[in-house]
Amino acid sequence: MRVNFLLTLIRVGFGNRKLTKIANVLTKPRPIRLKGRSFLALSLAPELPFEDWLVGLDDLADRSAGFFLRRPVILDVNGLDINKAELRDLIDRLGQRNVRIMGVEGARNSLLGPDMPPAMSEGRPAADFEPPTEAEDGQAAPAAEPLPAVTQAPVQSSGSLVVTEPVRSGQSVFFPEGDVTIVGSVASGAEVVAGGSIHVYGTLRGRALAGANGNSAARIFCRKLEAELMAVDGFYLTAEDMEPDLRGRSVQAWLDSHALKTAILG
Amino acid sequence: MGKVIVVTSGKGGVGKTTSAAALGAALARGGDKVVVVDFDVGLRNLDLVMGAERRVVYDLVNVIQGEAKLTQALIRDKRVETLFLLPASQTRDKDNLTPEGVEKVITALKRAFDWVICDSPAGIERGATLAMRHADVAIVVTNPEVSSVRDSDRIIGLLDAKTLKAENGERVEKHLLLTRYDPVRAERGDMLKVDDVLEILSIPLLGIIPESMDVLRASNLGSPVTLADEDSMPAKAYFEAARRLKGEPLPVTIPGERRGFFGKFFGRKAA
Repeated sequence: MRVNFLLTLIRVGFGNRKLTKIANVLTKPRPIRLKGRSFLALSLAPELPFEDWLVGLDDLADRSAGFFLRRPVILDVNGLDINKAELRDLIDRLGQRNVRIMGVEGARNSLLGPDMPPAMSEGRPAADFEPPTEAEDGQAAPAAEPLPAVTQAPVQSSGSLVVTEPVRSGQSVFFPEGDVTIVGSVASGAEVVAGGSIHVYGTLRGRALAGANGNSAARIFCRKLEAELMAVDGFYLTAEDMEPDLRGRSVQAWLDSHALKTAILG
Repeated sequence: MGKVIVVTSGKGGVGKTTSAAALGAALARGGDKVVVVDFDVGLRNLDLVMGAERRVVYDLVNVIQGEAKLTQALIRDKRVETLFLLPASQTRDKDNLTPEGVEKVITALKRAFDWVICDSPAGIERGATLAMRHADVAIVVTNPEVSSVRDSDRIIGLLDAKTLKAENGERVEKHLLLTRYDPVRAERGDMLKVDDVLEILSIPLLGIIPESMDVLRASNLGSPVTLADEDSMPAKAYFEAARRLKGEPLPVTIPGERRGFFGKFFGRKAA
């Protein structure tokens, strides 16, 4: 019986996505920032039978009251053969222990109901979390100290993602780790979100959001601009705000002192 | 084993049912055994277009729920011996379609027919996803206008994600069927050009069906246009599309243009 604490870095991106534009007759509307933020979450991987696993959890909770308080907790049900009712029951029983689940990882769609925590994916592994030991017992609830938010330096382009298919309407390419290169077009109603720059060797008709983790040096390049929206580090331009003579041209977009600039390439 | 084709579009009213019936009849005229399956439970139309509405006894939902045998529900066409229809239920709704039931029916049909043509309902919900689930080939029916093209793009994305083939790491073969193409409006520039649609969707072109009164007239007669008037422009276009479906490298002619563009449009591979 093992209580598996995996510390998983989850990205709660664009929590405050506000795209409402304040109409202003005299000045051009100021760009609104779309912020990305990362939090560290505990990932709990329950094991069957749940009865035994919960005993282990209770044992841990006895040693350190409030261990789970104020921590974001993800339930990792990957590989577990359970049904919706069993999952709901588990979440309820965790709730009775003051363990509130903010998301479920590795669950089939059919496992989750509208009244249950949302599905989470694309979590990145982080170092294992040390469960509190007996020695800490004397101290007042160690969990009372809030989990430090991961203050991230803008993620440098450590990786790159190459997509060789067209990105279709309704699809979303999300790659916070670095640059995204699309060999093909990005359709109207599709979305590319990158931590680094975005390169589209086709027509960009949908949305491109570069530098999503606060990388203001990121840029957007496309062979043919028909975009609905472009953003770098949260500063965005909608199709309406783009220079009309850029449409249909090869264009790059970059950030210059809090304003998104665009120019024809080459 | 027969091939399973889904005729789909996302958007409604673009000509899915008309195309499913016309292609089915065209393939059957060539001697192939064809069944056209109506997946539009609750809003069935295929029986009307095929002129079989007064012969429906059992339907797809009856078969799935075990109330009828497949052979009892299949309706043989009166004009073409090798053409069959599996109608949808009009009184039930799409929740009566279960993945297991659909799989059973499709597997049985594949064994008995050369072509199983699934006429998908509009939308991207249960009926549409179940209709595409077992497809080997998808015919994406699109009108040359922006909303239809975007919906088709969405459907192509789903074909690459939600089908059995996609889940097994294979690919569903996808073809574009451009319908309701109006040469006069195209000339005036009121419609998207064929090239623009192909550039956006980047899948190979199966055919261009001209907008024509013959299609409407055939539907009202309860006959696929390929059986009602086989010399009409749309019927010829559907016959050619059926031949391309069977692998013939036939050039696509853009209606209203005199010359055919040999190999210019057909055979273009997806990016």
